[in-house]
Amino acid sequence: MPEAVITASLLTKKYKDFAAVDGISFEVAPGESFGLLGPNGAGKSTTMRMVGAVSTRTSGDLTILGLDPDLHGPEIRAQLGVVPQADNLDQELRVRDNLIVYGRYFGIPRRQVAKRADELLEFAQLSDRAKSRVDDLSGGMKRRLTIARALVNDPRILLLDEPTTGLDPQARHILWDRLFRLKEQGTTLVLTTHYMDEAEQLCDRLVVVDKGKIMAEGSPAALIKQYSTREVVEVRFGSEKNAKVAKLIKGIGDRIEVLPDRILIYSDNGEAELSEIIKRGLNPITSLVRRSSLEDVFLRLTGRSLIE
Amino acid sequence: MTTTLPTSPALVPAQTRSRFLGSIYAGNSRAVLGRGLLATRTSNYWIVLSGFFEPVLYLLSLGIGLGSLIGTVTTATGQHVPYAAYIAPALLAVSAMNGAIYDSTWNVFFKMNYGKLYEGMLATSIGPFDVALGEIAFALLRGLLYAIGFMIVMQFFGLNLAWTALLALPAVVLIAFGFASLGMAITSYMKTFQQMDWINFVMLPMFIFSATFYPITVYPPAMQYIIEALPLWHGVELIRGLTTGDLSWGLLWHVLYFAAMITVGLIFTTKRLRALFLA
Repeated sequence: MPEAVITASLLTKKYKDFAAVDGISFEVAPGESFGLLGPNGAGKSTTMRMVGAVSTRTSGDLTILGLDPDLHGPEIRAQLGVVPQADNLDQELRVRDNLIVYGRYFGIPRRQVAKRADELLEFAQLSDRAKSRVDDLSGGMKRRLTIARALVNDPRILLLDEPTTGLDPQARHILWDRLFRLKEQGTTLVLTTHYMDEAEQLCDRLVVVDKGKIMAEGSPAALIKQYSTREVVEVRFGSEKNAKVAKLIKGIGDRIEVLPDRILIYSDNGEAELSEIIKRGLNPITSLVRRSSLEDVFLRLTGRSLIE
Repeated sequence: MTTTLPTSPALVPAQTRSRFLGSIYAGNSRAVLGRGLLATRTSNYWIVLSGFFEPVLYLLSLGIGLGSLIGTVTTATGQHVPYAAYIAPALLAVSAMNGAIYDSTWNVFFKMNYGKLYEGMLATSIGPFDVALGEIAFALLRGLLYAIGFMIVMQFFGLNLAWTALLALPAVVLIAFGFASLGMAITSYMKTFQQMDWINFVMLPMFIFSATFYPITVYPPAMQYIIEALPLWHGVELIRGLTTGDLSWGLLWHVLYFAAMITVGLIFTTKRLRALFLA
């Protein structure tokens, strides 16, 4: 493995007594697409801010592109692109000026940054909105502009904090396509998300974070293999009957999970388990056999109760 | 539609920075100033102009109107000065202050808390000192602009009594720099609108009582000390000395006062930006 571009070991961030990030360790290889997956408040954004060299760590070690962010913040930030969770585009500037001014913050000469801005507008499919006000853009357009802005300095690492939260499906797919192209070009991507499909689409490797700690690490496929089964059967008998039926289907599949509204049966052969259920004379109102997804892994690791 | 984004090697120049200020200063405050200038294109010019007219109206009503009843004022060195020429330099200092305060307080407050502007800036290779210096330089520009306009009005009414009035322009830059610097520093600690109102609460009495309209000697000594501690009094005295030609070495104290004010403001603004966005 080539030398890692990000190395974190026992990275910790405490606010008074509360540990937002509690001793996490990971490495990111150049060109890799790395995901931090976790519920709200898991410590993803705090980790991203430390990696982005805008937040100092309480303890542990962190190296970005071979440098310590506590000592070389500006040098590190010069080589990063940051897409924050909430858009912080410059409302007082037009779309193209947002890119130019941002490039100037990196000290890029005026002529070069003007050329770069036009390339980025093209890439973000915003060329025809160059002179628009930021306020007049749709949510998806704002997000693409934020990503274009993060690319103005041709960064070695692109940090994306929940890049598609709040976007409609079309906007998400356009964004994924753009991010995938960057990945193909060799840009290292580090992203946080709580969308499982996003993690499966974009991440080569990910860590599941909960309460500031890493719960699991691996490729999406490996995590599914390790923490779930190949398929999942979802059956519904009506919320009153589910618990009663659960006793009757004991022994079917590798693992059964009873939820208020449905029963999940984890198995490598979903169809076979479903016919076994029907053979026992139980007729579910609805049934579904599906591939296991990261969501199953995620919920198994971080639990189903609402975390707030 | 392009599918790939051209990569341009060495787009970002190699960082040349001093070891001492390395983490807080990238020597690129002009990018912040440039952003401010570009952003003025969307600002409301009527609001900008209103700040200029306030001292002009005072000059007309008090200087010309009330001045016709008062006649001349005797300065500390025994010089007799027409009342309008006595208060005009004070109002010049006020217009520098107003312009500088406008951008460095309310505008900074919005950019900091609602526009998230500084958060975005500090995610780049720029440092908090660049942001402080660039924003303060931008704020003092408005003060300078108001002051130049006011100087023209003064010249029109024949209120510049000595050639040293020309030196009032650099003095105005100094005064505006001082107010912008301290204004931004104080604003960076403010969290709510109520706290911001305290700035107005301090500004108005300071405007009226800083020997603006009459000599400071009308106050009892204890009151004089308080006035002399406030920045506007130093601005008023400095400009008044220059436009009336009433020069003394004592004017240098006022220069020093503002130099200190600028330094304190820059240090605290930088510290605060660092604590807010890089901690």
